[in-house]
Amino acid sequence: MASVALTHLDPASRAAARGWSDLTIRNVFIIPTLAFLIVFNIFPLIYSLGYSFTNFAANRSDPWQFVGLQNYRELLSDDHIWSNFVITAKYVIVSVAGQMIVGFGLALLLNRSFPMKGLITTLLLLPMMMSAAVVGLFWQLLYSPSWGPINYVFGLGDFAWLSNPDSALYAVAITDIWMWSPFVMLLSLAGLSAVPQHLYEAAAIDRAGWWYTFTRITLPLVSPILLIALIFRTMEAFKTFDIAYTMTTQPTAELIAIRLYKQAFQQWDTGKSCALAYIVLIMVLAITNLYVKYLNKVKER
Amino acid sequence: MRKIMTSVLAGIGLTLAYGTSVHAQDKELTIFWAEWDPANYLQELVNDYTAETGVKVTVQTTPWPDFQTKAFTEFNAHGDAYDMVVGDSQWLGAGSTQGHYVDLTDFFNQHKLTDVMAPATIKYYAEYPGGSGKYWAIPLEGDAIGWSYRKDWFEDPKEKEAFKAKYGYDLAVPTTYAQLRDIAEFFHRPDQKRYGVAIYTDNSYDAMAMGVESAIFSHGGDLGDYATYKVDGIINSKEAVAGLEMYKELYKFTPPGWGKTFFVEDNQAITGGLAAMSMNFFAFFPPLVNKATNPFADQTGFFANPAGPDGKRFAALGGQGISVVSYSKNKDESMKFLEWFIKDETQKKWAELGGYTCSQAVLKSDAFQKATPYNKAFYDTMFMVKDFWATPEYAEVLDQLNQNIYPFVVGGKGTAQEALDKTAADWKATFTKYNRYK
Repeated sequence: MASVALTHLDPASRAAARGWSDLTIRNVFIIPTLAFLIVFNIFPLIYSLGYSFTNFAANRSDPWQFVGLQNYRELLSDDHIWSNFVITAKYVIVSVAGQMIVGFGLALLLNRSFPMKGLITTLLLLPMMMSAAVVGLFWQLLYSPSWGPINYVFGLGDFAWLSNPDSALYAVAITDIWMWSPFVMLLSLAGLSAVPQHLYEAAAIDRAGWWYTFTRITLPLVSPILLIALIFRTMEAFKTFDIAYTMTTQPTAELIAIRLYKQAFQQWDTGKSCALAYIVLIMVLAITNLYVKYLNKVKER
Repeated sequence: MRKIMTSVLAGIGLTLAYGTSVHAQDKELTIFWAEWDPANYLQELVNDYTAETGVKVTVQTTPWPDFQTKAFTEFNAHGDAYDMVVGDSQWLGAGSTQGHYVDLTDFFNQHKLTDVMAPATIKYYAEYPGGSGKYWAIPLEGDAIGWSYRKDWFEDPKEKEAFKAKYGYDLAVPTTYAQLRDIAEFFHRPDQKRYGVAIYTDNSYDAMAMGVESAIFSHGGDLGDYATYKVDGIINSKEAVAGLEMYKELYKFTPPGWGKTFFVEDNQAITGGLAAMSMNFFAFFPPLVNKATNPFADQTGFFANPAGPDGKRFAALGGQGISVVSYSKNKDESMKFLEWFIKDETQKKWAELGGYTCSQAVLKSDAFQKATPYNKAFYDTMFMVKDFWATPEYAEVLDQLNQNIYPFVVGGKGTAQEALDKTAADWKATFTKYNRYK
């Protein structure tokens, strides 16, 4: 049965024009990809799950022991780890909310025709094309109380954005908003341009106000794609490491990914770090699932 | 297509064959170190070795923040990418007990290195466990915490007069932490964009810990008993608390935004005309006497870490020894290199190039002490150094210290006593976990 399906060729496809069968395509593209995924992704994933139940340390040659759920117990009862999770939650909320507002706002502004629209849209997309570590280092300079332009422009004197334990996390979140709002903007623009024009025309004939049109036509039709942007950004923000790591060493801005890095590669507590990585994975999965459920509901409407 | 494939394969085969045969003829040694000036000086030095023996020696470097991670990743994989590594003193425990380093005890005894190198450098860069007479590294780059300061600010008659009027004694190079604090306060004038002092606050590796431990040691405190792992009552003793409080006090007089600073920022504090005094490792002082990198080069002076209230005077040790990696395929060749490296004339040349030799003979020579404005302070310091824990779990211990002291010093949260009590408890738990209390 399978071989029948595999040898079936769509005569119009380019592969068919080159004389490639589905079987060849499977052998050339799909099998290597699957093998790669299994070797570099799935195998380490399962292997690290095993490690998370041991006291294995990658920098020691001592034999390791099976410790059961001890790593998980210790992590979940560690105040430091919980404070890292609280910090991460604050960061995710501030930065993702900021990106959604700024990104969607920009998309609304760009969703009309005006001169040099293409150029402006491209320029607005630049931040997300940069390397996160470079962005972090640049913003560190921008925030500098001695020579940074931010304090100069806003007349903040020598307010120390990154050395102040209360503001460091938000300073990093602002940087993340700057970097990733364009991503939300791009998705929102795609959604906005797909809204049928005749709905707006009908609303105009009915003399519907701007707010009414926005909440009854624009938002409901764009919300599925906005939710996708939200899922992506939440997952990414939860795992943020590079920007925060390059910008500050404040314990009040120590995201869970940074704690994980320190535990794994500075302290070489491999078993426990695997357990922590799994806790993070489960949390991200849970949050994503909630979103996906909601997304399906929105789509049904 | 087939022809192309065949020729490509043949090409790869030839390259491999040729590559291995070349490798077999010309010996090559790779030394791994962090990316900084001394590594460049070392490359210059080892070029002489290549000229003498024909063995090519490459000093491979990586930025400081990755140094430990990269080295240990290679060790853990039992990789032979590096034949020798110039490792941090704290690595000795892990390097020796985990089998990453080759035991150099016989080499040490054979060449009587205990008489050749400065005692502190042997104790902290080479021997593990302390007092065991087992050696794992040859002291290569001596280093410790020292201070640079603005001579012109200190010598200004108006400043001197104002200082005397305010504090009742003459403005001069501080010999105690109390004086250092007064001078920092005196020169701290944010309205003029002038600040008192630059200290280390970066907590991602050992920067802040080195600054804090210097203050703790000079105040008569200690981090713990390195032989018995006793920490309670030592790291949280009243002397240690006084040291940490002093560090916090100094933080008040730092330039704004001084919350993630290490050697780059502390040197910038001097080159940018920001601070009156700046803490740094001696290894980072060469750019400060170079007019091209420091516009105030002529006005910059140097002094050794000051004493505490009881006259005790110590400084945190930096610096590294060179070890042979046990997974290297060129161990014998590496030992030959080390034999060349410990020769008096090599050590002399090393010092001339800008390396901080640990050789007693060179350190004591007049030529060395007068060679730069900071060599005398370096010489004084190398006989009063103390180091951090060197146990295999030092990274965990370091992280715990950082977690507890950073919020107090930079964030102003809690008290010094609380921070160090918590450290004592954390350390005790860690040492218990590794069965250190048998």
